[in-house]
Amino acid sequence: MKSAAGYHGIPRWLYVIAALGGLLVVLPLVAMLAKVNWAQFVPLITSDSSMAALGLSLRTSAASTVLCIVLGVPLALVLARGEFPGQRLLRSFVLLPLVLPPVVGGIALLYTFGRQGLLGKSLEVAGIQIAFSTTAVVLAQTFVALPFLVVSLEGALRSAGSRYEAVAATLGARPTTVLRRVTLPLVLPGLASGAVLSFARSLGEFGATLTFAGSLEGVTRTLPLEIYLQRETDADAAVALSLVLVAVAVAVVGLSYGRRRSTTPSAVQA
Amino acid sequence: MSLKKSIIAVSVAAGLAAALTACGGATPAATPSGSSSTSQLSGTVTVFAAASLKSTFIQLAKDFEAKNPGTKVTLSFAGSSDLVTQISQGAPADVFASADTKNMTKLADAKLLDGTATNFATNVLEIAVPPSNPASITSFADLAKSGVKVVMCASQVPCGAATDTVEKASGVTLTPVSEESSVTDVLGKVTSGEADAGLVYVTDVKGAGDKVKGIPFPESDKAVNTYPIGTVSSSQNKELAAAFIAAVTSEAGKKVLGDAGFGAP
Repeated sequence: MKSAAGYHGIPRWLYVIAALGGLLVVLPLVAMLAKVNWAQFVPLITSDSSMAALGLSLRTSAASTVLCIVLGVPLALVLARGEFPGQRLLRSFVLLPLVLPPVVGGIALLYTFGRQGLLGKSLEVAGIQIAFSTTAVVLAQTFVALPFLVVSLEGALRSAGSRYEAVAATLGARPTTVLRRVTLPLVLPGLASGAVLSFARSLGEFGATLTFAGSLEGVTRTLPLEIYLQRETDADAAVALSLVLVAVAVAVVGLSYGRRRSTTPSAVQA
Repeated sequence: MSLKKSIIAVSVAAGLAAALTACGGATPAATPSGSSSTSQLSGTVTVFAAASLKSTFIQLAKDFEAKNPGTKVTLSFAGSSDLVTQISQGAPADVFASADTKNMTKLADAKLLDGTATNFATNVLEIAVPPSNPASITSFADLAKSGVKVVMCASQVPCGAATDTVEKASGVTLTPVSEESSVTDVLGKVTSGEADAGLVYVTDVKGAGDKVKGIPFPESDKAVNTYPIGTVSSSQNKELAAAFIAAVTSEAGKKVLGDAGFGAP
């Protein structure tokens, strides 16, 4: 997919500013790497509290990703293919968590699912308690991660176009069959990278979780919360755990980009 | 690329670099003041104070500025350990007021404390419950009853360490639903009604007004937090720093602190 050989006319000074921009991202990571206490690294990241936090983070992020797919795929389809009044408004609202400070999201969730909240009161009557539970963590993560999946998938749906779907429909396929056999296979790479991004965002979620779910080892204290707490007393542990999160994030983003590059041609063939 | 363009490019890059370095650099500690006041004190004093001192120090700073025209007090509030980290990384503080002696010792160990610190206040824990007290809490032991949602600070932060001490001294073991990393987060969980009770400082209960009800308990005197204040050795205006510390430890200062619920050292 390389552009045709020829004009590569980027002004040279652009590279200087681009390099500065790159440094701004890379330098702090390098600085953190230099602070890692390698002698204590393995004991620090394998301590009981660290393992509990990592395990909880991976489990809740996986659950949030599943929830994002279940809720996000229909949302993206409706936004990309549907036609109804208020569509643009709905899109703006779905994207809101992308720009909203997570702590604001946490406060909003608190007033929705909290004990005194909009839904929380009825849920409590029904015997369901969300505050201070792992469910609260998953809800907070889904809230902030959902737009990533919707944006990726909606983009994929738009660039795929609806020609194949129209053909399938003229051949007599019902809408559900078209969705299952044509649309979804066509945008699978977009869905995959959207899911990976949602997972990464869930893994890094901090503000909404802290505000809404609380912080208890093994129940609600995810890795970012553990790092925030360890930083108070044990900077070495905080740095070591940060490095673990950076490594997971790099792996996830690498996976997402690798996938996209290798699967794009096959998607065209599909 | 024309010469004009390259000049713009270079100046943009330089500006960016300057902006980046400025973020970590020091701001001038003293700003010249043109006023011809009778007192010799002038300039700006930057005070780093523990988050629990917020309302009292805003008041004390206001009083100090009124008494000493030509001076300005800049306040920065955060957790004590965060503030020590910031100061040791070069943040331009003149005065440091800590919520515990441990963090003041950390500053002294880093050779950043000028002289010795002065203890100026104490604080003890209190149980905070929503105004309706849904779990009918009347004592520290009540917090251990089953079904009571208790929120406290994690052991890593001063209020959590104090809670641990009280637990050990009273023989009551709590099973909290959440261990927060700051006392304000604990208070937030109580004011929002999510928790039945939280362990916070007396001053937090007082500061929250009628949003929470405070329940004092005798075991709290097992863990008294002492607040020290001192001049940072890298201060550019030690005279003004000393004057501010004197104002905090003065009778008028003690009254402001006492009104907020702080005890005498």
